[in-house]
Amino acid sequence: MRGWRHAIVPALLVFVFAGVAALVTWSDLPPEERPAVAAAFSAQRVAVLLILALGFAAAVGFAAKRIADRTVLPARRIAEGMKLMLSSNPDFRVTPAGAPEIAEVATLANQLADANAALKSDVEAKIGAARADLEAEKNRLAALMSELASSVVVCNLEGAILLYNGSAKRLLGGPDGSLVGLGRSVFGVLDRNVILHAIDSIGRQLANAVPHPDAQFVAAGPEGGLMRVRVAPVLAHAEGVPPELTGYVLLVADVTDSVEAGQRRDALLQSLTESGRAALANIRASIENLVEYTDMKPERRAQFTAIIRDEALKLSERLDAVTREFSEVVKSEYSVEEMRGEDLVAVARARIESRVGIPTKLETIDPNVWLKVDSFSIAQGLSYLASRLKEDFEIREVRFRLGVSGRHAQLDLLWRGAPLSAETAFTWENDPFHLGGEPSPLTLKNVLERHGGEGWYQRDLPLQSAYYRLVLPLATAPARARFTAAVASRPEYYDFDLFRQLPQNRVLEERPLAELAFTVFDTETTGLDPSAGDEIISIGAVRIVNGRLLAGESFESLVDPKRELSAASIDVHGITPEMLAGQPGIGDVLPRFARFAEGTVLVAHNAAFDMRFLAMKEAATGVRFTQPVLDTLLLSAVANPNQETHSLEAIAERLGVAIVGRHTALGDALVTGDVFLRLVPLLAKQGIRTLGEARAASEKTFYARVTY
Amino acid sequence: MAKRVLIADDEANIVASLEFLMEQAGFEVRVATNGREALEAAQSFLPDLVLLDVMMPEKNGYEVCQSLRQDPALAAVKIVMLSAKGREVEIAKGMELGADAYVTKPFSTRDLVAKVREMLGV
Repeated sequence: MRGWRHAIVPALLVFVFAGVAALVTWSDLPPEERPAVAAAFSAQRVAVLLILALGFAAAVGFAAKRIADRTVLPARRIAEGMKLMLSSNPDFRVTPAGAPEIAEVATLANQLADANAALKSDVEAKIGAARADLEAEKNRLAALMSELASSVVVCNLEGAILLYNGSAKRLLGGPDGSLVGLGRSVFGVLDRNVILHAIDSIGRQLANAVPHPDAQFVAAGPEGGLMRVRVAPVLAHAEGVPPELTGYVLLVADVTDSVEAGQRRDALLQSLTESGRAALANIRASIENLVEYTDMKPERRAQFTAIIRDEALKLSERLDAVTREFSEVVKSEYSVEEMRGEDLVAVARARIESRVGIPTKLETIDPNVWLKVDSFSIAQGLSYLASRLKEDFEIREVRFRLGVSGRHAQLDLLWRGAPLSAETAFTWENDPFHLGGEPSPLTLKNVLERHGGEGWYQRDLPLQSAYYRLVLPLATAPARARFTAAVASRPEYYDFDLFRQLPQNRVLEERPLAELAFTVFDTETTGLDPSAGDEIISIGAVRIVNGRLLAGESFESLVDPKRELSAASIDVHGITPEMLAGQPGIGDVLPRFARFAEGTVLVAHNAAFDMRFLAMKEAATGVRFTQPVLDTLLLSAVANPNQETHSLEAIAERLGVAIVGRHTALGDALVTGDVFLRLVPLLAKQGIRTLGEARAASEKTFYARVTY
Repeated sequence: MAKRVLIADDEANIVASLEFLMEQAGFEVRVATNGREALEAAQSFLPDLVLLDVMMPEKNGYEVCQSLRQDPALAAVKIVMLSAKGREVEIAKGMELGADAYVTKPFSTRDLVAKVREMLGV
């Protein structure tokens, strides 16, 4: 039936048109002519005319329909298909149909889509590969950093830490490691002026095109130790322009011990030269007198002879004392490292073969032994033993054996022949090493002592040998185990997105919230009124950097309020007087908290309350919090002005934040941090994106007018 | 009249030699065994030359040297510092503070006697 529609519709149109035309003509005819016309259009004629007209119209309808089917409709389908390809389904292809010209367009559209898809997947593959390379590189870098024994901190020009390793956190992070963290200011750890001076110097070297610009300084660390810091620039290279400084790498080493040892050594050297000069002066003067004045009285002669003897004895004593002290200094300076036992044996063998000149061999060597030793002094000790064996017993070859017994390693030096006598062993253990003109203040005994080890000699009947056994401490954690741990804890160690942070000339207020570093904190107090003597008893804080809540970088401390706690407040926070006994006072805790918060924006729920407690302590502690403050209570009121309550619980529930550990300072800080992160996108919908906008909007809310 | 030499040193063994040498050279000798004694002896004994040790109890040689130079009655006294401190800065310090000569220990007794004679013009 449907196929006929295209014929019937035009036929009906013709019929209607002809009918209307006939009616109009009929009504226009003068009445006298109507009978003639009626006669001319007999029913038969009209029927024939109509049938002819209808047949023609049907033919035209069919033809038009056929043309439309082969052109317009396929073109429309192609258009729809291409829209699909462009938007939701890139895999869709149009079916070529209709007139050859239209079918060709369809084929070409498909080919274009194929080419586009190939290009796209090619680009995606390349991006994927590049990203994987980058990720692998980042991981390698992070693994390398965390494995480094030296402490490394990378900062941007504002001093924000972008990367650090575990060693840096241990060395500079303060008692709880919290001073070093991503986005934290390095100036909280090392003196700002000294670092800026070093960067100035690097800038000058860059300007003068010095090949490898760097700077060094020694500064006090956070706990009073002496740190030697090497600063190297991080440069952005671009074609045709001089490299631009975008940040710097700090290599930090604790030199407290070596500086002290150096000073002690200097002092020893000075006192040795001075006492030596004085004694020699006395001896020389006396001798010259005896030689020059041969005729002096016998009692004078006796006096000068006695002086010579006396001074010589004093000088020997002094030298002995200095030698003892010197070996103490050397002892304090020695460096223990973790190394494979096998490698230590290899070092000792090479040394014995080159310095002592006798061949060495291996018995059983346990390859899994890791030692914690100063390899140089142990190798020196073994070489010394070998040289005594060669000189005193004419031993021509020594062998090594390495095994484990309990928590210690046994390193044996074997030789074919008689075991040592007790006297010989005693002498060898207590004589300072002296190897081929290479004197050392050390003895085998103090090398073993400083390792917490032991040594003894024994006979090995099956091997028809004797041996001297060194018992040495095993490394508690072999390097491989440490490696896994380091990788597991890697993710918070770097955040290269911080490199993209804007230079400091851009005003803080104009920066987007999503880009800033925040310290979200909460305090617990003895009561609600600081001016009536209520005190802080706990501070908890956590950091947000680049939109991430870094739970690993938290601050938590109880504070001894030095006053009584009311029962009502104990009910709120659950902190009892016993828990506070012996805790640090606010004078200790507040400066630490200030360092933790340095260079960040403060966030708290109902911040006015906490800030008031902090402000009350300004005079007593000298700590001022001058950074901007945001209040989640006010921000929530800005984001949801029609809600009645903005308590932390209510907001958390509304925003779907799980509440854990409420009414501990750190627990509340974590909840507040989560709430804050969820408020940021809500505020953005209202066009509030920057710190300045957030602060301005906060000030306008009703809640901001309530003061404490 | 014999020239007078004051020996200021706390070490008996060097004092014995210095005293012997100065007496042999024909000078009148007095001995002080610390810095304060040295200043007192200088005022009563009025020496022509002081052999002054640097490291002494009570007052060290540098301080004694300064005090001697401030006393108008002792304006002409020659000061020879004797010291086991031999670094350049220490020698410079002694000379700056008014010593006429700085002799580091150990020294040649013959040279010392010659120098003292020369400074006293005998």
